[in-house]
Amino acid sequence: MGDFNLAGFLTAAVLAGVPLLFGTLGEILTEKSGNLNLGVEGMMFMGAVGGLAGPYFYEQVGGTSQIIAVLLGLVLAFLCAAFGAFLYSVLTITLRANQNVTGLALTIFGTGFANFFGEAIGSTNASNYMSVGKPTVDAFNNGIMGLKGAGGVGDFFASMNFMVVLGLLLAGFLAWFLGRSRKGLNLRSVGESPATADAAGINVTAYKYLATVLGGGICGLGGLYIVMNASSGVGGTWVHNCVGGRGWIAVALVIFATWSPTRAILGSLVFGALSIMRLYINLGIPAQIYSIFPYIATVIVLIAVSMRRKRENQPPNSLGLAYFREER
Amino acid sequence: MLRQWGPREAIGALWGEEEQRNEGARSPAKRAKDMELAPTIEVRDLEERTAIRLKDITKTFGEVVANDAVSLDVDWGEILALLGENGSGKTTLMNMLSGIYFPDSGEIQVDGKTVTVRSPKDAFGLGIGMIHQHFKLVDVLTAAENIILGLKGQGKLDRKAVARDIKAISEKYGFDIDPGQKIYDMSVSQKQTVEIVKVLYRGANILILDEPTAVLTPQETDKLFAILRNMKADGKAIIITHKLHEVMDISDKVAVLRKGKYIGTVNTSETDPQRLTDMMVGRAVSLDIDRPRAEHRNLRLEVENLTVLSGEGVKMLSGVSFSAFGGEILGIAGIAGSGQKELLEAIAGLQKAQAGAHIRYFPPESEEPIAGKHIPVKRDGEELVGKNPTQIEKIGVSLAFVPEDRLGMGLVAGMDMVDNMMLKTYKNGRGPLVDRRPPKKLAEDLISELEIVTPGVGTPVRKLSGGNVQKVLVGREIASSPTVLMTAYPVRGLDINSSYTIYHLLNEQKMKGVAVLLVGEDLDVLLELCDRILVLCGGKISGIVDGRSTTKEEVGLMMTHLPGGREASAVSVLQAGRTERGEDQ
Repeated sequence: MGDFNLAGFLTAAVLAGVPLLFGTLGEILTEKSGNLNLGVEGMMFMGAVGGLAGPYFYEQVGGTSQIIAVLLGLVLAFLCAAFGAFLYSVLTITLRANQNVTGLALTIFGTGFANFFGEAIGSTNASNYMSVGKPTVDAFNNGIMGLKGAGGVGDFFASMNFMVVLGLLLAGFLAWFLGRSRKGLNLRSVGESPATADAAGINVTAYKYLATVLGGGICGLGGLYIVMNASSGVGGTWVHNCVGGRGWIAVALVIFATWSPTRAILGSLVFGALSIMRLYINLGIPAQIYSIFPYIATVIVLIAVSMRRKRENQPPNSLGLAYFREER
Repeated sequence: MLRQWGPREAIGALWGEEEQRNEGARSPAKRAKDMELAPTIEVRDLEERTAIRLKDITKTFGEVVANDAVSLDVDWGEILALLGENGSGKTTLMNMLSGIYFPDSGEIQVDGKTVTVRSPKDAFGLGIGMIHQHFKLVDVLTAAENIILGLKGQGKLDRKAVARDIKAISEKYGFDIDPGQKIYDMSVSQKQTVEIVKVLYRGANILILDEPTAVLTPQETDKLFAILRNMKADGKAIIITHKLHEVMDISDKVAVLRKGKYIGTVNTSETDPQRLTDMMVGRAVSLDIDRPRAEHRNLRLEVENLTVLSGEGVKMLSGVSFSAFGGEILGIAGIAGSGQKELLEAIAGLQKAQAGAHIRYFPPESEEPIAGKHIPVKRDGEELVGKNPTQIEKIGVSLAFVPEDRLGMGLVAGMDMVDNMMLKTYKNGRGPLVDRRPPKKLAEDLISELEIVTPGVGTPVRKLSGGNVQKVLVGREIASSPTVLMTAYPVRGLDINSSYTIYHLLNEQKMKGVAVLLVGEDLDVLLELCDRILVLCGGKISGIVDGRSTTKEEVGLMMTHLPGGREASAVSVLQAGRTERGEDQ
C-alpha cells in the first residue's frame, strides 16, 4: 500500500465514473417521466457506435478539424441513442407495450445494432477496425484546464477532459430543472401521477416522449465516452461489446442516487472507483474478484434503499405504468 | 391576474356597482331595482344567466352507453346537484365538461357560446374547474406546487409569490391551508381544500365537485358547504354530483340520471329524498333498512389491548379493546385509514399483534343453528393471537374485504368463479389433485341464489361488473357458514338494489347468530343497519355507541376527537407515530 497513488486513483475513478454519470442522468430524466427504460445498455451501445462512426467517416473523407470531429461524435452519439429511445417511446407510450420487456428488447437490439455496424464498418477498412485518428482521440482525452505537470491536485484537474465537465454541468442543470423550474415540476408530476398532470392541463404524452428521448440521448453520450476515452474505455477504436454492462450499472445507480442528479455524481464516482480499484489497491485477491465489486455494491445499495423508506426517495409513483386517459 | 371575470362581475363593473358583487345572489327586490335602473342591460343579463348548457350529450365506451342524450342547464350563482346511482354516468358526464373525456355527440355551451372541450387545458380556459372524487394530487409535492401544476409562467418557480396568491384566495373564501405542506401529510379534507383552491387559482367560475362529501365527516361537510355557499354568493356556478343524502341541504336544483339517461331536473325546494330516489331507481323503493333483533346474543369475540404496527413501525392500532356478540352487527366507523383495515386483519390473523394483546374467541352455544360446523375449540375462550389465518378461518372467523379497486384482496381477477371458490377449500382435499366438483356446485348455487349476472362459472371474475364481483366475494365467505363474519366496504360502488341485497345478507347472518363486523364508509347506512357502532380515531377507540340511539353528529365528532376533548386527526396521529420512532421530518 506504500506506493498508493491517491491523486492517480481519484483521477482514474472520475474518468471511469463519467460514462456511468451520463447513463444515470439520462435514466433519471427518463424515469422522472414514469418510463422505466431498461434499455440503457442498448442505448449506450448505439451512442457508442454512432459517436465513433461520425468522426470516422469525417476522417475518411479527409476531414481534419478536431472541433468538427468532436461535434460530429457528440451529435451522432446523441441522435443514435435518442433514436433507440424513440423506438422505445413509440412502443411504450403510444402503443402502451410493457416497459420492462420493451427495455430489455432495446438492450438486445442496441447491442446487436452496435456490434454489427461497428464490425461491418471496420471490415471495409484495410486495418479491419473502425478507428479514429489520434487528434480526435486526444480531443476527447486531453484535460482542458492546462495544469499539466503541476503534480498532485494539479495533475488531477489537468486530466479532466471536457466530457467530465459536461457531465457535471448536466447534473447541475438537471438538478435545477427538476427541483426549481415549472417544466421540471410538470415532468415530476407526470411521473408521479399522469392522471393528475393530465387534469392539470399538462400534455402527458409530450412530456413522456421528450424526457425519454432526451434521456436516451444523454445515455448515448456515455457510450461515446466509453468508445473514445483511452484510460477507461477503448480509445477511439470499435471493440466488440465495449460497453460491457456499464448500462446496467447506470440503471442500478439511478436507485442508488434515489432519482437525484446531484447524488448521481457521488454514485458514479463511487462506482467508478470500484471498477478501477484493482489497478490501484492490491488486496492480494484474484483480479476477477475485483470486477465483482460494483455488482456487490449494487446489491447492497438496493437492499439499503429498500429498507430506508422516505417518501421523497421513492421511485416516481407511476414508474413502469402506461397512461391512457380514457381508461376505466 | 388571479381569476377571470365572470359575466356578473363584468356587468357589475359596467354599471359601476362594485358593491353588488359581494352582496350575493340577487334578490327579487334587487332585480326589480335593476330593471328600473337599466332595463336593456337586464335583458342581456337574463340571457346570459345560463353558465353551462349541455345538449344531447352522448358518450359510449365500447358497447356500454355511459351517457345517452343528456341535457342540463346551470345558471350563475346556482348550485346544481347531479344525482344518480353508481354507474349512472354522473362522473362520465362531468369528465366531458372538464375535458378528460370527449363526447361522441352533443353540444356544450358555456356562457351562451358553443364550445369544444378537448382537454383539461381547454376547460381551464373556459373557467371550468373540476374537483375529482379521487383527488388528482401529487403526493410528494407541496400544496403550492400542486396548485400551480401545469400553469404557464416564468420558467423559474417563484414560491413566495405563489404562496401569497394562495393566501389571498384562502382569505376570500375562508379556507385554511398551508402552501408548504406536503400532500402525504394531509388529511382527506385538507387535500380537498387544496383541490378547490387549485381550481380557483386557475380562475374557475364554474366548479364541478364529484362526490365531495363521500370522504368527509359530517363536521367537515358543514365546513365545505359553507365555503360552497360563499362561492355561490360570489356568482360562481357549481355542480356537485351526489348520492342523495346532503343534496337537500345544499343544492338549488337537482338533475337526475339513471343508467346514462337524463330523467329530469327538479327544484330542490319542491321535492324530497323519497321522490328523488324513485327517480334515480325508476320505481318506488323503500329506503328503510331492517334492523331486527336476533334471538341468540352471546359473547363471540373479546379483543383486549390490541396494538398493531404498520410496516414502517407506525402504530396503526393502539390499545384497542372491545367485545363483539353473536346476533349483532357491530359497525366500525372512522376516517379512512384510522385502523379499520388493520383491526379486521389482526383478528383474521393477517396482521401481527404486538405483545400483550388478546383476541379470545367463544364458540356458539350448542343449541344455536350455526354451532358445530367448525373445528371444536375451548368453551371458555380460544386465543386467536399467534394462530395463522388458516387456523383462524377453520374456527369460523371469516373476512370479506372489498378494497378500493374491489378486486385486490380476496378474489383473483384472472381466475373464474370455480377457481375462486376453490381458493378457500382446496387445502381440505387429499392427494395432489384438486376436486373441482364441490366448488363448481357452490359457484352455481351462488349464481342462482344471489342473482349474479355472468355468462357462466367459467368466466374470469375480472369480466363481471362490480356489483357481481362483490356478490361473489361476500357470497363465498357466507358459504363457509362463519360464526364471525367480518366485512369492509361490502357495498362500495354498488347500486341501490345490490346494496340492499348485501344488507339483507348481513342481516340474515346476524339472525342466525353470527357476529358481524362491518366497516362502512357511509355513516347513514351504519346508523340504520348496526346494533352498535365502534368509532375509531387515529388507531384508538373513541367510543362504542348504540346504533339505535346515536346521531350522525355524535359519531362524526367521535371520528375526529378522542374522549377527553383531545383533537386527533388521522394526520396528527400519523405524525405522533413518526415522532415515537424518533424520525424527524
